[in-house]
Amino acid sequence: MRFFLESKRHILLALVIYAALRLLFSLGIVSEYIEQVVIYVFIVILAATGLNVIYGYTGQFSLGHAAFYGIGAYTSAYLAKTSGLESIFFFPATILAGGLMAALVAYVIGIPILRLRDDFLGIATLGFGILVRVFFDNSDRISEVLGGSRGFTGIVKLTNLETAFFVTVFLLLVTRNLITSRYGLFWRCIKEDETASASIGINTARMKLMAFVYGCFLAGVAGALYAHLYTFLHPSNFDFLRSIDFLIIVILGGMGNIAGTIYAGFIWVGFIEGLRIALPGNILDLRWVFIPLLLIALMMWRPYGLMTKKKG
Amino acid sequence: MTAVLEVDRLTKSFGGIQAVDGISFKVPPGETLGIIGPNGAGKTTVFNLITRFYTPDSGDIRFMGRSVTHLAPHRLARLGIGRTFQNLRLFRELTVAENITSAYLSGNRYSPFAGIFRTDRHSVVEKKAWQKAYTLMDFLGLAGKGDAPAGSLPYGEQRRLELARALAIEPKLLLIDEPGAGMNPREIRDLVETLRDVKKRFNLTIIMIEHQMGLVMNISDHILVMDFGEKIMQGTPAEVRRDARVIEAYLGEEGPA
Ligand SMILES: Nc1ncnc2c1ncn2[C@@H]1O[C@H](COP(=O)(O)OP(=O)(O)OP(=O)(O)O)[C@@H](O)[C@H]1O
Ligand SMILES: [Mg+2]
Repeated sequence: MRFFLESKRHILLALVIYAALRLLFSLGIVSEYIEQVVIYVFIVILAATGLNVIYGYTGQFSLGHAAFYGIGAYTSAYLAKTSGLESIFFFPATILAGGLMAALVAYVIGIPILRLRDDFLGIATLGFGILVRVFFDNSDRISEVLGGSRGFTGIVKLTNLETAFFVTVFLLLVTRNLITSRYGLFWRCIKEDETASASIGINTARMKLMAFVYGCFLAGVAGALYAHLYTFLHPSNFDFLRSIDFLIIVILGGMGNIAGTIYAGFIWVGFIEGLRIALPGNILDLRWVFIPLLLIALMMWRPYGLMTKKKG
Repeated sequence: MTAVLEVDRLTKSFGGIQAVDGISFKVPPGETLGIIGPNGAGKTTVFNLITRFYTPDSGDIRFMGRSVTHLAPHRLARLGIGRTFQNLRLFRELTVAENITSAYLSGNRYSPFAGIFRTDRHSVVEKKAWQKAYTLMDFLGLAGKGDAPAGSLPYGEQRRLELARALAIEPKLLLIDEPGAGMNPREIRDLVETLRDVKKRFNLTIIMIEHQMGLVMNISDHILVMDFGEKIMQGTPAEVRRDARVIEAYLGEEGPA
């Protein structure tokens, strides 16, 4: 198929990286903890790519991305658990369900709120994120399984290197092709000038909604992979700070730059986890001093990301 | 023959300002209508009403015989109303070629699926879009600049790129807002040539707002004169030059250029 032929080089590169990681894991050179972190990096990259589509490419400022990540996580975990389909065989279907549920919710709330611009949209998505967090906190009133503020326990571990890696690579290639198609072009037009976009016949409301729904779909899929990696979900995993994490990765990698998001995902997760290992336990909380300082420095010296020198 | 555009008692006010006050006019196929008038006369507002960036307070707009007053801006563009902006509105970070292909692609579709999986439909439409871009770049003197960011072009070329972008939607009616703004007499002469060529080649009907008398008198079949949101008169360039009200309201002591 042309999709795979055109992506030959990327697919080859991905296979090499996969083989190297598989070897590393199989030989038992790295600890299980490191393995989990590496798999987690791919999940984070996938979710951040979703935000890059929404914000980096289309210019829609969202502070609630983690809510969609959470919706995907809870949906797929709930489905797997209650339907008894807790096997690797049905895993693709549960992942897809997580993505689709996030997309559906994005569609429903996107119609009213995407009319807002910039800071107003930021505040609306922030509000939505808080709402979802409150919903997770009280989810045990709907179903005991969801666990409410105690957390959702006992999820089967189905996410491994293979699932996380290949789902992410496939969806990154899909995203790349969308970005380089007429849809990605319209998203970039809209980011620059909505009025001019409408004047050349672009249905701006529809295209903005499409970017938002697709970006949230990616977050939902990532959430589903996350749920079956850590096997435990807590509402605090999907709060405002997690949304900020995704935002940092997008900005660090450069707005509207997929490769940048991949590097930044590694750097960011590596940095956070690295501090966890490097800092002695009694000053571990100092991370929350380093991270904001780093952000301030970044905004002062490289406001358009580590990868791009210029605005792009 | 039905007029390409028919504007009927169009009105728009902003707060206390009556920006457009009951304007009516018709533009027959193939005609170039010039709109002149002093600063703040309401000329740009008329364009913004026709393209529905502003909602009219009252009045009706018919395009090719059909009332389009309630259509959204992108629908009007798809029907064939193209426009440029008084203050350039290019996609500055996009390349010159992308500025043009985006306009062509808005009316020439393929599905997201076709885009993701690179079907034949995708290749055919994309190829046409790029051909369109190269044709228009050649035609408007932008050859070889396809990969440059639009914002990096010199001012005159940005103006021409905006024209190219508007032409890429394959419009029947083109609204041009002050194409000569900020141009020297030599550039204006080139622009007159270009606009004549464009019109012939694309079989267009044009409405052009312009302050440069040399340009507007030269190219228009009819001229509509506005002041304080109203139509003062409409006539041939020769008639407009002679009209006392026009000389008083707009051309001033100096008379026509
Ligand atoms: N969006 C708006 N909000 C408020 N007032 C506006 C708006 N757009 C136009 N106006 C006012 O309407 C009047 C007509 O403006 P318009 O831009 O149509 O004039 P113009 O004839 O194009 O002038 P110029 O030759 O300077 O471009 C002006 O008084 C202007 O201040
Ligand atoms: Mg004006």
